[in-house]
Amino acid sequence: MDEIQSLMHGFGVAMTPTNLALMFTGVILGVIIGVLPGLGGANGVAILLPLTFAMAQTPEGQTSAIILLSCIYWGALFGGAITSILFNIPGEPWSVATTFDGYPLAQQGKAGQALTAAFTSSFVGALLAVILITFLAPVIANFALAFGPAEFFGVYLLTFCAFVGMSKEPPYKTIAAMMTGFALAAVGTDPVTGTLRLTYGFTKLLTGFDFLVAVIGLFGIGEIFLTLEEGLEFRGTRAKLNMRVVLDTWKELPRYWLTSLRSAAVGCFMGIVPGGATPASFMSYGVARRFSKNGDKFGTGQVEGVVAPETAAHAAGTSALLPMLTLGVPGSPTAAVLLGGLLIWGLQPGPLLFIEQKDFVWGLIASMYLGNIAGLIVVLTCVPLFAAILRIPFSVIAPIFIEICSIGAYTVHNAQFDVWMVVVFGVFGYFFRKLQYPLAPMVLAIVLGDNAEAAFRQAMLFSAGDMRIFFETPLVASITGLALFLLFWPLLSLGLAKLRRR
Amino acid sequence: MSQEPAERAAFSLRSAEIGIALMFLALAALVIFDSVRQGARWLEEGPQPGYFPFYLGVIIAAASAVTLARALMMPAERNKAFVQVGQLKLVLSVLVPSAVYVALVGWLGIYVSAVLFVALFMRWLGKYPWWKVVSVSVGHSIVLFLIFEVWFLVPLPKGPLERLLGVG
Repeated sequence: MDEIQSLMHGFGVAMTPTNLALMFTGVILGVIIGVLPGLGGANGVAILLPLTFAMAQTPEGQTSAIILLSCIYWGALFGGAITSILFNIPGEPWSVATTFDGYPLAQQGKAGQALTAAFTSSFVGALLAVILITFLAPVIANFALAFGPAEFFGVYLLTFCAFVGMSKEPPYKTIAAMMTGFALAAVGTDPVTGTLRLTYGFTKLLTGFDFLVAVIGLFGIGEIFLTLEEGLEFRGTRAKLNMRVVLDTWKELPRYWLTSLRSAAVGCFMGIVPGGATPASFMSYGVARRFSKNGDKFGTGQVEGVVAPETAAHAAGTSALLPMLTLGVPGSPTAAVLLGGLLIWGLQPGPLLFIEQKDFVWGLIASMYLGNIAGLIVVLTCVPLFAAILRIPFSVIAPIFIEICSIGAYTVHNAQFDVWMVVVFGVFGYFFRKLQYPLAPMVLAIVLGDNAEAAFRQAMLFSAGDMRIFFETPLVASITGLALFLLFWPLLSLGLAKLRRR
Repeated sequence: MSQEPAERAAFSLRSAEIGIALMFLALAALVIFDSVRQGARWLEEGPQPGYFPFYLGVIIAAASAVTLARALMMPAERNKAFVQVGQLKLVLSVLVPSAVYVALVGWLGIYVSAVLFVALFMRWLGKYPWWKVVSVSVGHSIVLFLIFEVWFLVPLPKGPLERLLGVG
């Protein structure tokens, strides 16, 4: 059992006092980010990423930095549930499904029970996903070592085609948003020949568009405009969580083991193929309603209806790191931001990471176990504190939030231009969200654009411009074939539906 | 029509769809034009710099043309309000001050702009008494200064006031 040994080594790396302190800091920051609607995991990590530049100059520092950032992510996953249950306001998109049964429970005075169920199932979902990562990641990384440029381009193609095939947004809009992401990534210096592209003479565009600026604008500012439309009034139930409620709920939870397992499986699957936590939570809620004995009572305050989406969301959010670490292809926007961070720190995510940066990888995996335990402790003990954040009036929170976004954007390159770009991206983010243009593939494309283009061009150089290289070996042919299948899935399913109606 | 003025549509879903699709088409045109200028063909030594972006542009254009066509053919009953007047007012009441704030950052530095920005919101939207406005806006800016300049050693844009105080 090499994995167990590596994992134990990883615990050694992660268990230093500094790293443990960073873990708790990250989780607390993450929960705050998760609680505030508008401030989400992806842009929370993006804003704090520049602060780790100084920290990540040594190898140990890189491990600490990733621990801090990934724990912010875990915290955000936990935090989204708090507002969903207490205020019926999902703090994060992936906790929308938690409101369906969580808020009714809170109204019946069972907020403590709902919160405990949500946190515990989040933890279980994450734990199952981390176990999956521990044993599957080395295998995949090993397998991917034999990949050439053609295979890597195939994997990128598969990722992006999966978005078209699996997202619930209209496929043409998904394609337009995604390709725009690639085009934004192409702005600036051509990575192969060094010529300037798409700058139209603007010297500010020499370095291209930074994905961090795009994330902060699209997700951060865009989200706050959307939240504003709702008109802001937070009215919630008070939360009381004492040990008795927690223990009583824990006694009840094992009854839902089948729902948990099913939801975790849905979540892991959706996290690895880049479906993301949000569709995973909805899908798992739907599946649970269909298969549960109490399915018809869902929506009236069933604990099981909280367990299902929370398990799936957390499992998806966690397993999204699996393809990011092993293939360099993130499964969610937040994983994309983390990947961008790795690139900035000078680490190349992908199969070689498991050989060259053993400490980093296993330290990170070990910190996933520890970080989620830390998260569970923090949320179970501090719920009233976090709920109080939402009582800060919006006229104070909104400007401070926009300021933090602008600071986050400025610190990326110390450029005032980026602060303007955040506002521009924010306005577009607002329109895109309302018109169902998906943001996740766009951000992923900005992060992966240069790599995808390089892989494509290298593969084409091998074959002297012959596209058949993407079907040459059985491996690359099956990856490309699957990608094309997913790409045309919306059309196929439309055709099938038409046939069936006849 | 006896709708409340605040609930009237500022503009319709259809016009928003068309506007954004046209924007994507314009973007695609920019990308294609520059790629052709750079050379988008395949030479002996490999692809020219515009090769990859050229096809991106073509795909964006094709996908957006479909979106545009679908928006133009959108049935009237689906053509709801994209944003209501009341909602748009709320959004603009944050967007406009934000733009002014960003402009001020370049001139006054981030800390002074932050004080003004928060103060404006608290006084105008929150209707707080002045003593609260001043203490929160100035206080939070000082905290920001301590976090970024002192603890994390990240220099943020500074203006005349910081220079006057000798910290900029």
